[in-house]
Amino acid sequence: MTERTLKDKTAIVGIATTDLARDGGRTEYSLACEAVTRAVEDAGLEMADIDGIVKDISDGIDPMYLQKAVGIDNAQYCSDSHWGTSALMTGATAIAAGICNAVVYYRCLNGGSGRRAGNDFRAAREMQDEGLDLLRYDFYSPFGLLTPDGLAAMTARRYLHVHGIDADQVGWIPVVASEYAAKNPDAVFFDEAIGLDDYTRSALRVDPLRDLDCAPGVDGGLAIVLTRADRAKSLRQKAAVVMGVAQGTSTEGELLSNYSRPDIAALPEVRLMGEELFRVAGIDRGDINVAQLDDRYAPYVAMQLEELGFCERGSGVAFCEKGERIRVDGDLPLNTGGGFLGGGFTYGLNVIEAVRQIRGTSSSQVEDAEISLVVSGAGGPADGLILRRD
Amino acid sequence: MPLEYVPGIPILRPYVDPDNKPFWDAVDRHEFVLQRCSNCDVFLQPPRPMCPHCLSMDSLEWVPSAGRGEVYSFVVFEADRMAYPGMKIPYVVVLVEMEEGVRLTANIIDSEPDEVYIGMPVEVTYNSPMEGLTLYQFKKRAS
Amino acid sequence: MQMLEEYRTKSYRNDLRPPVDANLVKDKTAIVGIGQTAYSRNAERDELDLACEAIKKAVDDAGLTMADIDGLEALTLDRVSMPTLIGSLGIENLRFTSEVSFGGGGACALVMHAAAAVATGAANYVVVYRALNEASGHRYGRGDGYAEYLTAAPTLHYGYYFPYGFLTPLSWAAMYTKRWMHEYGIKLEDTGWYSVVLREYAQNNPDAIFYGKPLTIEGFHESPMISAPLRLYDCCVDTDGAAAVIVTTADRAKDMPHAPVYIAAAAQSSPIETEIQTSYNRPIVAGLPETWYVGQELYRQSGLGPADIDVAQLYDPFSYGAMIQLEELGFCGPGECVDFCLGGDRIRVDGDLPLNTSGGLLSEAYIHGVNLVTEAVRQLRGTAYNQVADAETAIVTAGPGLPTSGLILRK
Repeated sequence: MTERTLKDKTAIVGIATTDLARDGGRTEYSLACEAVTRAVEDAGLEMADIDGIVKDISDGIDPMYLQKAVGIDNAQYCSDSHWGTSALMTGATAIAAGICNAVVYYRCLNGGSGRRAGNDFRAAREMQDEGLDLLRYDFYSPFGLLTPDGLAAMTARRYLHVHGIDADQVGWIPVVASEYAAKNPDAVFFDEAIGLDDYTRSALRVDPLRDLDCAPGVDGGLAIVLTRADRAKSLRQKAAVVMGVAQGTSTEGELLSNYSRPDIAALPEVRLMGEELFRVAGIDRGDINVAQLDDRYAPYVAMQLEELGFCERGSGVAFCEKGERIRVDGDLPLNTGGGFLGGGFTYGLNVIEAVRQIRGTSSSQVEDAEISLVVSGAGGPADGLILRRD
Repeated sequence: MPLEYVPGIPILRPYVDPDNKPFWDAVDRHEFVLQRCSNCDVFLQPPRPMCPHCLSMDSLEWVPSAGRGEVYSFVVFEADRMAYPGMKIPYVVVLVEMEEGVRLTANIIDSEPDEVYIGMPVEVTYNSPMEGLTLYQFKKRAS
Repeated sequence: MQMLEEYRTKSYRNDLRPPVDANLVKDKTAIVGIGQTAYSRNAERDELDLACEAIKKAVDDAGLTMADIDGLEALTLDRVSMPTLIGSLGIENLRFTSEVSFGGGGACALVMHAAAAVATGAANYVVVYRALNEASGHRYGRGDGYAEYLTAAPTLHYGYYFPYGFLTPLSWAAMYTKRWMHEYGIKLEDTGWYSVVLREYAQNNPDAIFYGKPLTIEGFHESPMISAPLRLYDCCVDTDGAAAVIVTTADRAKDMPHAPVYIAAAAQSSPIETEIQTSYNRPIVAGLPETWYVGQELYRQSGLGPADIDVAQLYDPFSYGAMIQLEELGFCGPGECVDFCLGGDRIRVDGDLPLNTSGGLLSEAYIHGVNLVTEAVRQLRGTAYNQVADAETAIVTAGPGLPTSGLILRK
């Protein structure tokens, strides 16, 4: 019996974003409607073709309400996911298992003006009230360690310490992100590229994390349409075939506060996920032409490069030094749309940029990009996709 | 017994956002409006940012309604286990089919539970359960 | 709005659905382990604790070790933090996790999504679980428990329902039940037999909350009216507890301790204009279109019909919720379900359609329907407390009146 996998079974055929803004003034419901209709149109499909809906759990609008407004008749597969863009994997299983024909993924978040995931004490309180993670709120929040930024800074400090890394050198990651963002009209946080001195002058938010290490919240919506790979050929856009898709978790895991592990300066979820992802896709790291890694926090980009095997443990920051390797003509063009640092922290933007690279429509197009990697969820359960040209 | 509230317990407020604000603003002025898609000439309840028939976001408009309808179904809250503590039991929630075809829920404020029946003619009225909150409600009308 | 037209005319369009021969779940996946905690009114343990126990028992039942588990399916409503659960169970790596919303409507979708994962190689052994302290802890079934709906639809529920004291799922369901009774001329005095029979089943089930507490038809009619037409004993029993099942491929299932219980069909449906029990703006309010779609899809996939089903586990948040499903699933005609249950003989263990044989959510426990899946598995293994002779096929459904799901299981 040959092992069944998700390799080459599905393809991303439609993508869309709404206007992204620091303060958009629209409801998440309205953003969801616009993003979904535009993604379906981008794919060249009708709304009647959509029979599955997957989304992130933290998103405000339930599929039921989306359906009311965009007219999706019957969703025969609905799944939520807690982490990153892992809902895309559930959608892929639904299509590959023959449960539905076409799945729409959407994510619509007023992260800039509304609920701020990063720094909002009220958000932390609400999570406590909902009892989502009692452990965190017993052992961290009584001591004032209660925002994601603070939890991530703890890990970043240890990472820099263990490997003797000069914290200022992390700045190359946001510097290069700003260069890409300046070219991408969707990425609203940099009108022009910054230099390393801008980074070192940036305010310390939670030492050692500076403002420019942390992806800002943004208001906006996005949607992605997934269907069977064989069906994708006849659709409007150049298909981005899902060559591999994977998730990963690990023991002693929490969200950003994995402090009980032997080594906290590591992302074992990303390592395990990456091994599975390359196994499913049947390719090597060297085959990747362009990568979108999770840059919610800049130091985590370096850690992901290590865990995915693009460089040695402890050398992720050095890998990005001066930016040559990660610019568009480098060894591994990285976060070519400007990442979350440039575009705002909304999972799915990274997938959309990965698809644009396959289509050849990126604002910083990597020449002849055929295989595109995207990773989400650094600091907690991780997920990733490898997309290829058809 | 008409609808009565328990003093000191706040009534849960509507959650007003840009999509439904025109409706609740009208209620504040004791006016009753319904959402309609001008492309499709279809009324939509609950309000939404897009018409599911033509996928337009610009064709949605708020049109005045006479606020007349008939009781389509109703429930009576008789046990405090299920009731909201801020309202005296028994109280009635009616589902009303409006002349425009859409259905809305609210309390019936002027009738005994025993008086309410499916098919009963009702019309919109307004009350103010607490400072700064106006709700649309239903009351009986002659058919 | 093709779907609602299909429902109105009761003509299911097979051509709109993926071909059955492409379905990798049907007959290719199986349930191989079940586990549960004690069901009680006050567990005096938190939900993480309950989840760990039920999952450990299911893994043991399947003859597996925790290291074999590489997938996890939960309800979004579950209050157990998934990373904390993974850490507590000592699972090294999960290759697949997903969550299903819609509360009890997701009970069978949990199994379906897990099956899709194993069928496509996304994982080998997926745990499906539900843990809740609904009796002693956070009670969203009560008038003060509305916060669960905050994230789902604040604009709608905080505008049209909550300010009017209309804030429990049961009262929302009473609204469509009232309309259904009106349209079909159902008499209140004919009801109650469903609750009585389920209580009978519970008398043989020592795990049931109502074990040792029988109910007569007179006792039913004397029970207090909660929200007309619903009496106290029309309603499910708030429970503390957890249940879990293990899903894998049919190939792997062959070499495991228990005879596999195959998934012959699995379906989910979220039709347009659906809300959580408040779908009042559909053309037909006196019915459950989502259950009809799920039933049609289950029959289409499995090639079976209502007459082929040996035992049914239909989600019963309240009695009518299960009974109206009998109509939508084709076990009786529209408006006939109260007659179908009259006197109770048809739904007893030797009747035409033994129904909710553990006592269901009304009399065994309210584990959000995952305990109906475990009972179906016991029936097909031949180990149920109220064993249906020669049971070979079972239908299981999830919460009615909201996006829902269902399974047909077979030996």
